[in-house]
Amino acid sequence: MTTTLVRSAQAPAQRSWRRLRRDPVALLSAATLVLIVLFAFVGPVMRPVDPDVLDLSHQLAPSTVAHPLGTDESGRDVLVRLMLGGRISLLVGLFAVLVSVSVGTLVGALAGFYGGWLAGLLMRVTDGILALPAFFLSVLTLTFFGPGLVPLVLVIGLTSWMGLARLVRGEVLKYREEQYVEAARALGGHDGRVLFRHVLPQILPTLIVNASVGISTAILAESALSFLGLGIQPPNASWGNMLSGAQNYFYTAPQLAVYPGVLILVTVLATNLLGDAVRDATDPTD
Amino acid sequence: MLSPGYVARRILHALIVLAVVAVVTFFIVRLAPGGPAALADPALRDAERAAIEARLGLNDALPVQFLKFVSNAVRGDLGQSFLYGTPTTQVIASRIGNTLILAGAALTLTLLVAIPLGTISGLRPRSWLDRVVSFISVVLLAIPVFWLGLILIIALAVLRPLLPAGGMYTTGMEGNLPDLLRHLLLPAVVLASASIAELLRYTRSSVRSAAKLDHVRTARAKGLPQHTVHVRHVLKNALIPVVTVIGLQLPRLVGGAAVTETIFAWPGMGRLSVEAALGRDYPLILGVTLVVAAAVVLFNLLVDLVYPLIDPRIRTDS
Repeated sequence: MTTTLVRSAQAPAQRSWRRLRRDPVALLSAATLVLIVLFAFVGPVMRPVDPDVLDLSHQLAPSTVAHPLGTDESGRDVLVRLMLGGRISLLVGLFAVLVSVSVGTLVGALAGFYGGWLAGLLMRVTDGILALPAFFLSVLTLTFFGPGLVPLVLVIGLTSWMGLARLVRGEVLKYREEQYVEAARALGGHDGRVLFRHVLPQILPTLIVNASVGISTAILAESALSFLGLGIQPPNASWGNMLSGAQNYFYTAPQLAVYPGVLILVTVLATNLLGDAVRDATDPTD
Repeated sequence: MLSPGYVARRILHALIVLAVVAVVTFFIVRLAPGGPAALADPALRDAERAAIEARLGLNDALPVQFLKFVSNAVRGDLGQSFLYGTPTTQVIASRIGNTLILAGAALTLTLLVAIPLGTISGLRPRSWLDRVVSFISVVLLAIPVFWLGLILIIALAVLRPLLPAGGMYTTGMEGNLPDLLRHLLLPAVVLASASIAELLRYTRSSVRSAAKLDHVRTARAKGLPQHTVHVRHVLKNALIPVVTVIGLQLPRLVGGAAVTETIFAWPGMGRLSVEAALGRDYPLILGVTLVVAAAVVLFNLLVDLVYPLIDPRIRTDS
C-alpha cells in the first residue's frame, strides 16, 4: 500500500532517471562518450609523446610498438594526434553549444516574454539568419576573422542558435500564461525574476536535449571547416584537419582517412542516441 | 484557395527576410578588422589606403554606404572578384548551373529513397525493415559528409576504379550525358545522405501518427481494403507536412554542396565559396552568400505558396 503511494508520488525527474537507467542504448551511448572523453583528456597524459615532433625517416609508417596506429605524412604519431584532436573537437563542440544555447535562449525568451514589436524584430532577424545557409555564413565570417579556436567557437555558435530561439519562444509563450506565473507577478516579482525563476526552469529539459543535438552538429561543423582549411590550423591537430592531410595518401596510407572519421562518427552517434534517449525518458505523454 | 492577402503577406515576409540578410552580410564585411580597403593589400601605405577608401565610398556614413551597396546589388553589381578579375556576378553565373545539377540530383535521390522507405517503415512499426531503416538513418545523420565522400572515393574510385574520383566530365567528353551521370553519381549520393536520413525519420513519424487517426480506424472498420486505407487515408494526411521538410532541405543541400563539391572537384558555387574564402576574395564570397540566400528565400516562398493549395485546412484569409 505505502509503496504504491510512494511510487505514484514519484517526481517526474526521478521517473525519467529510472527510465534512462533501464535503457540499454542510453547506457551504451553514455559509456562510449565517457571513453571518448577519457581518450581525449586523459590519453595524452598517459602517452607523453610530442604530437608535433617530425620523424621524416618514418613517414606513413604502419602500426608498430612505438607508434600503435602508425605515423602520418610527416612521421608524427597518429595515436597521440587523435587524442589531442579529440580534445579540440570536443571543446569546440561544448563551447559552441554554450554560445548558441545562450543566444538562442535569450532571443527566444525575450521575444516570447515581451511579444509586440520586439518579438517581431527579433523573429525577423532570426528568420533572416536562418535563410542564410549556416555553412556559407560560417565560411564568410571565418574569412574575415581568420581561422583559430576562438573564432571557430564563436562562428559555429553564432550560426546555430536560430532554431532554438524559435523553440524557446514557443515554450515561453506557453508558460507565460500559467497561473503560477500570474501568482509570481501578483506577489510583486519583477520581469527578470519571473522569467528566470518561474518560466525558464520549465523549459530546461527541452534545452538539454537540444544542447546534446547541438554538440554533435557543432562537432560535425568543426570537422568540416577544419577539413576545408578554414578551422583549426596545422600543426595543431583536429579530427577534421587530420582527414584533410590524409587526402593525399589514399593509395599509400588509406588507414589515415579511417581513424579520425570513425572517431567523429562514434562521438556524434553516441551523442545523438543519448539525446534521443533523454528525450524519450523525459516525455511525460507516454 | 490562395487569397491575395496571404500571397501579399508571404511576399512581404520574404522581402523582410532578404533585407535582414543584406544587413547581416553587409555588416560582417564592414566590421571586419581593418575594413575592406586594408583587405585588398595589407602592405598599402596610408595615403594609398585613403585614396582607395575614397574611391570605394568608405568615407560616407554607414547608412549611405548600405544604401549604395543595396542599390548596386539590386542592379546586379556585386563588385569585381579579386581572384578572377571579372565581375562577381559573371563568375557566379558560370558556376550556378553546375550546383543546380548536383543539388537537383541529390534532391531527386532523397525523395525517391526517403518517401517510399519512410512510408513503409511508418506503416509497419517495429518490423525488421523498420529497425534496419531507423538504424541506417541514425548512422547517416552522424557521418561527416566529407568523410563519407573520402571513404566512397577510396572504395569505388581508388581501390576499385569503378567510378571517377572527381570532376564533372572526362577531358575531351564535355557535354556527354552518360559521362556526366557517371561523374554525378558519387557526389549526389554523398550530398543526399544527410537529407535522406532526415526526411526518412520525418516521413516515418508522420505516417505513424497519421495511421493512428480516428478516421483511419473508421475506414478500416467499414471494411475498406488495406491498400485503399493506406493510400487514401494515411498517406494523404501524412505527406502534407513532409512538403515543409523538403523546403527545409534546400539550405542543407546548398551548404553540403560546399563540402561535397570540394571533395569531388565539382565546379559549382560551393567549391567557389571555399576557393574564395581561402583566397580572401571578399566580393566573391559575399556575392555567393547573397545569391544562395536569395535562392533559399525564394524557394521557401514557393513552398509557403504551394502549401495551402495541397492542404485545404490551412486558411489563408485571416
